[in-house]
Amino acid sequence: MTSAHVESRPRRTTARAGSAFLSTHPRTRLALLLAAPLFWLVIVYIVALALLLVTAFWSVDSFTGVITTEFTLDNIIEVVTGSLYQTVTLRTVGVALAVTIIDVVLALPIAFFMAKVATPRMQRVLLIMVLTPLWASYLVKAYAWRSVLSQDGILEWLLAPFGGHTPGYGLPATIITLSYLWLPYVILPIYAGLERVPDSLLEASGDLGGKTWPTLRLIVFPLILPAIIAGTIFSFSLSLGDYITVNIVGGTNQMLGNLVYTNVGAANNLPLASAIALIPIVIIFGYLFLVRRTGALDNL
Amino acid sequence: MTDIQPAIRLTGLTKEFGAVTAVDHVDLEIAAGEFFSMLGPSGSGKTTVLRLIAGFEQPTGGTIELFGEDVTKRAPFDRDVNTVFQDYALFPHMTVLENVAYGLRVRGIGRRERLDRARAALASVRLEQMGDRKPSQLSGGQRQRVALARATVVQPKVLLLDEPLGALDLKLREQMQVELKQIQRDLGITFIFVTHDQEEALTLSDRIAVFNDGRIQQLGTPADLYETPGSRFVAGFVGTSNLFDDARSRELLGRPGEHSVRPEKLAVSAEREIGDGVQSAPGTVVEVIYLGSGIRIVVDLDAGLRVTALAQNDRRRRSPGERGDRVFVSWHDADVVALAPAPSGDEQADAAASVA
Repeated sequence: MTSAHVESRPRRTTARAGSAFLSTHPRTRLALLLAAPLFWLVIVYIVALALLLVTAFWSVDSFTGVITTEFTLDNIIEVVTGSLYQTVTLRTVGVALAVTIIDVVLALPIAFFMAKVATPRMQRVLLIMVLTPLWASYLVKAYAWRSVLSQDGILEWLLAPFGGHTPGYGLPATIITLSYLWLPYVILPIYAGLERVPDSLLEASGDLGGKTWPTLRLIVFPLILPAIIAGTIFSFSLSLGDYITVNIVGGTNQMLGNLVYTNVGAANNLPLASAIALIPIVIIFGYLFLVRRTGALDNL
Repeated sequence: MTDIQPAIRLTGLTKEFGAVTAVDHVDLEIAAGEFFSMLGPSGSGKTTVLRLIAGFEQPTGGTIELFGEDVTKRAPFDRDVNTVFQDYALFPHMTVLENVAYGLRVRGIGRRERLDRARAALASVRLEQMGDRKPSQLSGGQRQRVALARATVVQPKVLLLDEPLGALDLKLREQMQVELKQIQRDLGITFIFVTHDQEEALTLSDRIAVFNDGRIQQLGTPADLYETPGSRFVAGFVGTSNLFDDARSRELLGRPGEHSVRPEKLAVSAEREIGDGVQSAPGTVVEVIYLGSGIRIVVDLDAGLRVTALAQNDRRRRSPGERGDRVFVSWHDADVVALAPAPSGDEQADAAASVA
């Protein structure tokens, strides 16, 4: 009896006093919890983005190379009207769209197999296989593709007996490599979306007379459309911003990222680079605006 | 019942999942227009039989005939049976009306006709006002009725219901039981109803198959099953029973073998009851439980058996007695049911056949 009595009245320690203080002061608790992430998000991310926006309206003295912090629309006008920027923007969007379409087409059957057909054990194995490439370095994978696609690479060796040839370095190679790199980011949300579709819905469709195709078109597709769009947001935005892959396998082709890179580096024109960097940001925001009503943003 | 084609005929139906035999050589005939229940504890194989009939699972062995036609190898969409799912499986992205019209849509029926027919089906379950809502905006009972309308609008020959009332609360469940029975009578089609709730099965069914371990333990009308359970399992699962093992049967009933007596057939009184065919045994009351409409009295017989008696709370206002009272428990010889020993495969099939 006495020992139980002692145990029920714990000793007052500093840690205990601190816990007691926190449990009665929810605002302090919240502040401690969120201080670090909010610092990161606000200072490092949002402020950096705002600075980028501001810099785009400055200019560089072409003689001294010093940044003039006077408001000007010159960079924006140049980026919007200059034929180089228009061409590269179209090319970049084209590559991003092609990558996105290829990834969705590849991801749908894999994700469906993983979520609805495979045994739980097989499902885990496949999930690991999808995730494993993400643990390898981006550069290693890009250079691996450079070697695969080269004139004496494995693709040439595989296709030559059938009269085919490797596409060599260029935009097709860029699209192939980017599709490979971003495929896991498209598979995972679609897989998660399919997992959330109860099997009984598919059975109900079959039960009511729906064959495979009507079931996919009328039941599965509408239900996972938000998940598909979530996947496309990844592949599309990651492709829009990429400049390394195109450097490695793209031959002489440039994408928006390359223009940003050369303007920051060689040309030393940070304001123009900022203005170019705004292009993919504007496109992505436009895309997000278009898809926000589908519920896709709840699936990220 | 046998001169016309049965709606469903299962022959040697077997389903194995790896090393587990979920359904073990089930033979069964279900007549057209019958309200048939498959009753059993979870894991007894009743739901698997339903899924085999629907075509969601392929049997390991045996055949399934639908009105004399072998449908064993057919896909679900090629079978004239429809299912009401346990979780209703309503399509969340469609309105209630679109849900009901779905079966007609995939059959290629024109928009106007299918919406008219879907509206009529919704009206038959009194949900004509709800057509434009999404399933998530409906209550459990309403979803249940939408599922019913969706499955019946395509005019199946047999409707399969997989524990359709399981998710509803008691009041609603009782109300839906009445409605189900009415809908079945109106449609005149065969209902195959899977449940683990013996009371529900007794209330609704023309006939019941009691499942255990992937086999049919007993097949019969609700009265058959309740009045003359064939085995210890059925006696315990359908209603409650007082079981007399071989030794107690010899001592108290004067005959060998296992026996069962229903609680409401036992009477508890202060004095020994005398009558033709009436037997009684002395004991001590250990528990008196007030149930409202009845009173449950648990008595330890001096012979070493605990029995439960159920007394009606009727206008005679008998005193139920108290814990520790010395009483006599009496029963009529006719209410003592002899139980078959735990059946093996062949005997069980014979038992099922003899009841049918």
